[in-house]
Amino acid sequence: MANRALGAPRLTGPQPLPKEAVAGEANAKAEVLIHAGDSRHADAAFYYVILACGLSVLALVGLIVYQLITKSSLSWHAFGWKFFFLSDWDPVNDHYGALPFVYGTIVSSILALLIAVPLAVGVAVFITEMSPRWLRGPLAFTTELLAAIPSVIYGLWAIFVLVPLLRQYLQPWLAKYLGWTGLFEGPPFGIGMLAAGIILAIMVIPIISSITREVMTAVPQQQREAVLALGATRWEMIRTGVLRNARAGIMGGIILGLGRALGETMAVTMVIGNRPEIAKSLFAPGYTMASVIANEFSEATGDLYLSALVEVGLALFLVTIIVNIVAQLLVWTVTRGTPARGNA
Amino acid sequence: MPENVTVTSDFAAAPISLWRRAVNSLATGAAAGAVFLVLLPLAAVFGYLVYRGIGSINWDFLTKIPKPPGEAGGGMANAIAGSVYILLIASTFGVPLGIGAGIYLSEYGRGTRLGNLIRFTADVLNGVPSIIVGIVAYGLVVLSQGHFSALAGGVALAIMMVPTITRTTEEMLLLVPQIVREAAYGLGVSRWRTTLSITLRTATSGVITGVMLAFARVAGETAPLLFTAFGNQYWNWKLEQPTAALSLQIFTYAISPFDEWHRQAWAGALILIVLIVASVGAVRLVTSRGMLKGAN
Repeated sequence: MANRALGAPRLTGPQPLPKEAVAGEANAKAEVLIHAGDSRHADAAFYYVILACGLSVLALVGLIVYQLITKSSLSWHAFGWKFFFLSDWDPVNDHYGALPFVYGTIVSSILALLIAVPLAVGVAVFITEMSPRWLRGPLAFTTELLAAIPSVIYGLWAIFVLVPLLRQYLQPWLAKYLGWTGLFEGPPFGIGMLAAGIILAIMVIPIISSITREVMTAVPQQQREAVLALGATRWEMIRTGVLRNARAGIMGGIILGLGRALGETMAVTMVIGNRPEIAKSLFAPGYTMASVIANEFSEATGDLYLSALVEVGLALFLVTIIVNIVAQLLVWTVTRGTPARGNA
Repeated sequence: MPENVTVTSDFAAAPISLWRRAVNSLATGAAAGAVFLVLLPLAAVFGYLVYRGIGSINWDFLTKIPKPPGEAGGGMANAIAGSVYILLIASTFGVPLGIGAGIYLSEYGRGTRLGNLIRFTADVLNGVPSIIVGIVAYGLVVLSQGHFSALAGGVALAIMMVPTITRTTEEMLLLVPQIVREAAYGLGVSRWRTTLSITLRTATSGVITGVMLAFARVAGETAPLLFTAFGNQYWNWKLEQPTAALSLQIFTYAISPFDEWHRQAWAGALILIVLIVASVGAVRLVTSRGMLKGAN
């Protein structure tokens, strides 16, 4: 069987009957079977088509890597590692340094996680452990709806609703009471790092909370009952019986959210201010790796300019890939039935 | 688990102290508060979309193309059609590839090293930022054609659809009982016929669910279209010409300085979200029924 040799598993389909078996008048039915079973060529052809589809997934990722590496080699040869530590982005003089974008990406993502994680875990705890049964489905659905809203609509909403709110209320308040930290200084534009962080937080909450719900559900029911039987309150049960066992998976969900925040483009581009500067204050405008590609790629005239943008893309790609792989592994450790720390 | 025994032994004292009760109530309140804080932006986004958008949706908006900046009137007809057009191009590449790869994973690659590699790669592809996909489609199509095009936009979205469709197809096919396949083999049906006419057929509604989810996911994508489909203020049905898309138009209008365009951006956003929520809702309806429960 050609298929088995090609690594096909157990099932190999019907085999043709030996011709001799159909002796004499051994009827038309068997004739049909022999005919039907004689489909090795069709089966092999089908197998190769399907295999090609499967391999195309590998090819796509290969293609992405190939495109990014070849198209960024010019910039790589011109600047080397320095590219990520230089802070002047100057298309006029053809001089490029990506540090402001790296900084903006990291700061906006971390800010987003600081806001999103407590809320997302709170939502997951409420839905899986506290809410009345009839409310669970609707609540889960509504929070997942947040993930269905396209980035560009978040951006639109942020420009016309969130940013004015920040400018008029939140930023003056923060400047007054927390201005001494240095994080909330300068004129309250509304647009800037803080707005980007908040909109990113809203966008990553559904991811973190759905993964958290998934891993919390994977914690065995006996665990909860055992802790309750020892006299724990509900919160003590959740904290010691559920969250503690699910924490590797929750960490995975958080890192998955980080991956999404790092690569998020449109909403951030629309509110972060798009200025390649490194400022301590969260009120100041910034720029992220994804935003600079979105804003400048189609207008990049010089070869080196384009190549520098692709190199920013390559770096973003590698970081998100690593972040996603780490997150997957963490989630698997919980949902595959192995307890968080492997003490089965 | 030893760790829990040590921790829970703290609870041995029988009456629950006031402090512990207070902490318990506080935690419950905090979790409920988190739910409120998360639902607030959701309600605000939908509320504003309807509030700002609905007044601007009229016959002109749905049938006319954009007017020059500053002039009143005009619509997004070309952008709505362009989005559908680009999605169609994307699905001609993305849907067969995704379903094929899903079939490979469930029918041939189960437990094999190649199967695991492909499954893992599909998950990796799922996490690639959409703007990166745009760069790749630019390098593949725009550079070789020499200009921005609907085809390039379609290719970008197709790349984004493949992993979603692959993984849902795989999961749906795995739900089809092994006995069904064996019954077909027992009747002398060849393997490829079994896969297509029995296994895939049985899982049709599930596979369609996956395709719809992929649609919903890419329908609102903007970043990968910025330098592939590029946008267009006029009608275009040519594969090799720049094409408008609803999401691109919303972006352009949102960051413009014109009030009229802002109004239209809200209207476009409302139409986009209605399309997406309708398809997600339809999926939800299908998946909550019977055999597809394992899907989510």
